[in-house]
Amino acid sequence: MTTLQKKPHNPVAHLNDEDIENLGRELDVIREQITSSRGERDAAYIRKIIDVQRKLELGSRAVLLFSLFPPAWLAGTAGLSVSKILENMEIGHNVMHGQWDWMRDPKIHSTTWEWDNASPSELWKHSHNELHHTYTNVVGRDNDLGYGIMRVDEDQRWHPFYVAQPLWNFLNACLFEYGIAAYDLELGKNIKLGRTKEPEFRAKAKGVLKKIRKQMTRDYVVHPVLSGPSALPTLGANATANLVRNLWTHSVIMCGHFPEGVETFEKTSIDGETRGEWYLRQMLGSANITGSPFLHLMTGNLSFQVEHHLFPDLPSNRYQEIAPKVQELFERYGLSYTTGPLYKQVGSAWKKVFRLALPNDFLAKVPAPADAPVADQAPAAA
Amino acid sequence: MSTSVQTPGTTLRDRFVKLAEMVTTPLLPADYLDVISPLRSGADLRGRVVAIHPETRDAVTVVIRPGRGWRRHVPGQYIRIGVDVDGVRQWRAYSLTSPVDRPDGCITITVKAIPDGTVSNYLVRRACPGMIVQLDQATGEFTLPAVRPAKVLFITAGSGITPVMGILRNFSMVGGGEPIDGIDVVLVHSAPTSDDVVFAGELRMLAAQGRIRLVEQHTDTDGLLDPDQLCDLVPDVAERETWACGPAGLLDTLEERWSADGIAERLHVERFRPTVLVTGEGGTVTFSRTGTALECDGATPILDAGEEAGMLMPSGCRMGICFGCVVPLREGAVRDLRNGAITTAAPHESGDGGVPIQTCVSAAAGTCDIDL
Repeated sequence: MTTLQKKPHNPVAHLNDEDIENLGRELDVIREQITSSRGERDAAYIRKIIDVQRKLELGSRAVLLFSLFPPAWLAGTAGLSVSKILENMEIGHNVMHGQWDWMRDPKIHSTTWEWDNASPSELWKHSHNELHHTYTNVVGRDNDLGYGIMRVDEDQRWHPFYVAQPLWNFLNACLFEYGIAAYDLELGKNIKLGRTKEPEFRAKAKGVLKKIRKQMTRDYVVHPVLSGPSALPTLGANATANLVRNLWTHSVIMCGHFPEGVETFEKTSIDGETRGEWYLRQMLGSANITGSPFLHLMTGNLSFQVEHHLFPDLPSNRYQEIAPKVQELFERYGLSYTTGPLYKQVGSAWKKVFRLALPNDFLAKVPAPADAPVADQAPAAA
Repeated sequence: MSTSVQTPGTTLRDRFVKLAEMVTTPLLPADYLDVISPLRSGADLRGRVVAIHPETRDAVTVVIRPGRGWRRHVPGQYIRIGVDVDGVRQWRAYSLTSPVDRPDGCITITVKAIPDGTVSNYLVRRACPGMIVQLDQATGEFTLPAVRPAKVLFITAGSGITPVMGILRNFSMVGGGEPIDGIDVVLVHSAPTSDDVVFAGELRMLAAQGRIRLVEQHTDTDGLLDPDQLCDLVPDVAERETWACGPAGLLDTLEERWSADGIAERLHVERFRPTVLVTGEGGTVTFSRTGTALECDGATPILDAGEEAGMLMPSGCRMGICFGCVVPLREGAVRDLRNGAITTAAPHESGDGGVPIQTCVSAAAGTCDIDL
């Protein structure tokens, strides 16, 4: 894709300033409907998920004490993988967004939560909630566009390093939690600028290393030792569960902003951006995944990435409910709602990683895929 | 090893705890144990509601089985209870109405639904047995001294009877027909009508047995209790050690009367809610650690405003007496809603971290920066 501002056919050209502010007001109403109806059912939902996840983790780890027996290994590894995915996605990511702060339960609150991930919650909340969710898809401002190791937009300058980016992406997928930690530390940038000796960076790095040490001790020392004769299979099971979780979360995250059809934005385009314009950027800059209720749960409802980016702090269990209303807004305002099944979105994102490994002018020789699905060209409201 | 002062037992226990933490990191062992047994010893104090009994048309007694960590209370004390109403945790204080050593180990609170009362209406009309509530240990000074006075007067109104019932039920019940525990007790209780008297049956029976003297004031027909009337109702009022609990207006007039008579030290009062006396202009309150900024009016306690915005605010009695809600004010001004006193803080002028303020009785009096 090319930033929206440089496209020959600007997909929002048909909307005037007033349309965009009206769109914002309509989204505010949807938000208000959810915040005023949050209640007992929602609280019961997140408590149930946490309850199920913790029991699943305890059960799986207990089964893995006997992982010398292959059926126990399989069952324990599968259970632990699912538990780790739930913990990171539907629970950790969403709790740290403050989606459940309204419950005033100190045990389920964005300021107290710590997750099963190499990146400490404080660090992650800054780079994710403050930076990515504010500057979503703004080239040069949102580091989530390629995480600093890839080029995922034509307007990002090519560098020979990017030739191997399919490999970088694969490695990042396998080691995703460490990738996130390095990313949250802005490791590359800090090394390049020679800031690694600065106290602020050192304190953060120390925090990350401490967290990694504790996580690794748990999965690769304590639980294996507790398993006695099953030590090695347990170690393998834990490593597998972490790998499965890394691959899964990486795939889901790629689907959020990389598939074809998602728009990016010029750095200067957000100067003086209004609330309506911010909403519009979130709408165009995110992509959903279609699938079953189980898929939505396992993605932490990031399969409703569009709704999540519009309202990052609404409870995740409600995104599904507002999706039809949001989709109706897209249609009415003549915008394209990017969505598709998981395999298609993952494929689309990977295709882009391969395509942009080479400089833009190579594209002239290779037929590029359609830049965006054909937008629903319904006339704008207003 | 000679430097170690720990007993081997502690060391072993510490090691076990440390190992358990290594197993459960980044969570704590308690986070998993809570899933299995929320009322176990060592857990944050919680309780399970086991029964709810109606008392009047708008009051119920809630029977709670407290977790293993519960310590005994002193009759007359209250507990703080955290109830999830519509998914939102709300903390309130209620007097304990149960004897300290109930055979089943349960405790009771008695709750009267007040207009617009979020928690009281929930407990009276919607709560059901089986639900888990958060608890704090009992606290409060509304108790009889170890050496009990020979003559006691209780003055209560409405749900103000609850701590007094907690005290009466703990008197020895042996020796029917005699004054309770050998103490001469007079209870002056005020309620709109005869039907609105909470614990009416039990109180009237104690009176019929001659164990206490009960004076009921039904305000719908008799009018409000007038302190000047008290001498007629209880001629020896000046000789009695007095405990009073009820609405702020009643307590204020009693306090005035007792101080006018020069016996202020013989009056003990329990307030359920702070009396908001002074309000003023509000301002923007910024919670600097979380980066939350709120527009607050000059009549809303900062505690309520923060909670409304989803902040995790420490809280306690909500009436300005327990200091459980204190946080540092780094910069700005707040007004004490009870007396209008202004507290200000300026960076570099106040000590480390700022000036401590009670958020439950303080409203913004301009722009404030709070270290939370």
